Amino acid sequence: MRNSSEKWITRSIQIAGSSSILFLLLIFLFLLREGLSTLGEVPISKLLAVRWYPIEGLFGILPLISGSLIVTIFSILIALPLGVGTAIYIGEIAPRSVKEILKPMVEVLAGIPSVVLGFIGILVLSPFLRRALDLPTGLTALSGAVLLALISIPTIVSIAEDALYAVPNTYRDASYALGASHWQTIWGVVIPAARSGILTAVMLGIGRSLGETMAVMMVTGNAPTIFSGLSSFIAPVRTMTATIASEMGEVATGSTHYHVLFFIGIILFIFSLVINISSSSAIRKRGEKKGQVVS
Amino acid sequence: MNTPFELGRRKVLLNKHTVQTLGFWGIRLVSLVTVLPILGIVVYIIAKGASAINWGFLTQMPYDGMRAGGILPAIVGTFYLMVGTSLFSIPLGIAAGIYLAEYAPETIWTRMIHIAIISLAGVPSVVYGLFGLGLFVLFFQFGISILSASLTLSIMTLPVIISTTEESLRSIPYSFRVVGLSLGGTQWQGIRKIILPQALPGILTGIILGLERAVGETAPILFTGATFFLPRLPHSPMDATMALPYHIFVISTQVPGMPIEIQYGTVMVLMVFVLGMNLVASLIRSRVRAKRQW
Repeated sequence: MRNSSEKWITRSIQIAGSSSILFLLLIFLFLLREGLSTLGEVPISKLLAVRWYPIEGLFGILPLISGSLIVTIFSILIALPLGVGTAIYIGEIAPRSVKEILKPMVEVLAGIPSVVLGFIGILVLSPFLRRALDLPTGLTALSGAVLLALISIPTIVSIAEDALYAVPNTYRDASYALGASHWQTIWGVVIPAARSGILTAVMLGIGRSLGETMAVMMVTGNAPTIFSGLSSFIAPVRTMTATIASEMGEVATGSTHYHVLFFIGIILFIFSLVINISSSSAIRKRGEKKGQVVS
Repeated sequence: MNTPFELGRRKVLLNKHTVQTLGFWGIRLVSLVTVLPILGIVVYIIAKGASAINWGFLTQMPYDGMRAGGILPAIVGTFYLMVGTSLFSIPLGIAAGIYLAEYAPETIWTRMIHIAIISLAGVPSVVYGLFGLGLFVLFFQFGISILSASLTLSIMTLPVIISTTEESLRSIPYSFRVVGLSLGGTQWQGIRKIILPQALPGILTGIILGLERAVGETAPILFTGATFFLPRLPHSPMDATMALPYHIFVISTQVPGMPIEIQYGTVMVLMVFVLGMNLVASLIRSRVRAKRQW
């Protein structure tokens, strides 16, 4: 009796263990199932066009990809120095007491729902940027990038800090023994030693930004425009995620528009897969942590 | 080791200690710039939202096109979604974590499981929404319902629960397992009676963090379970529901003339709820660290 129930429990635990592979495959399968027929309905040349105007049957996804990239790149430019700087402060400089306050605060930021950040974006950030930069509208790529920076900072801080923590203390001691100052040790020894981990942190931060939906949808103004120089940063844009979120509710199931939205989902899914798998193998190569799921 | 440093036309030699002082202040400044918005957002929302919160706001139905009354259906809906997500993701996540920490051999398959978990954690939330729409709403014909939304959120929550379970099980010393086996217990008895109770606080932290994320997410429930407005509470898991995050999106972008107090009040309710969970998780974690004897 004991043996048969033990066997049963072990068996179900084994099945549960593999469930994540099943779910990942299911996600891909159902995205393909609903989205792949796009390729039969819209010729590639029409898909890779610069006009997104579904009502007229124009399904050019380039402006959406461009929108996602503009917002993401800009957000990383903000989040990289802030996130890595904060990680260095927490990991290498801050006294214990300050650390104990800072770490939970960054976790608080990770916990704030993106819709709340979007709300702040609409009511506080956008009006502020509009007045400060004298723009016709505050709902721009810039507003989206600032919010995305806030969203990706916790990921960057926590993974970069882990990477710094993984640098053996003997490295630091050796550097001090050579007469280097604390600051020289951080720049010359610790950061180079942790660079693959820091790179992973930034990659995963990019992943977060690229996939973020609500905050971006609420503050970027949602105009599908293509990148046209630096002025694009302070003009409204529309990202891939925002397009799916704002249009999926209104399309007829099975229509071309519906299929194209799923097709955009496939692109996003592949982007995220590439980012996550490549950064996780980067971690593995260094023999550091196995992978970071909780930010 | 002095660093030459251009200042105007004169070349100044900066002492390494001066460089260090400047550098440290730079880093402190950067950290401050990171932390201030966090504090600012939390304080600002509480300051603006607190006046809207009263018993009626939390327990009444909305009326007058949601421009008056309370937000009860959104609170209840979010609660239902949390319960639904827990029912599915907690047992499955813990079981998968146990498998990876206690049973899984060092094989390619196990590595693939780990890669799948990392990948699942990185899938954009709106893609989870598409997946839920394709699989649960349309293929299984659960419709736009609490059930579909909970299942979608569960799969999104799973990686967090699996990896924290695995991590906290792995932190239990090997000797604990040997003791169980040497007393004549089976592997499963050892896990259930010795290992799991020790790892429970860590697992609990993971569950709370996972659910915290699920509760705050909007994109996965957009097309799987959330509804703009429901004049009553949902009756069954097959009903669509209002939910706090989606409600915030609706009242801040879709309803013209929405009183600003109601908006801030609703945001504050969600934020306090989510940060409360965050706080509980940190408390559990720090208590365990303090009590651990091995």
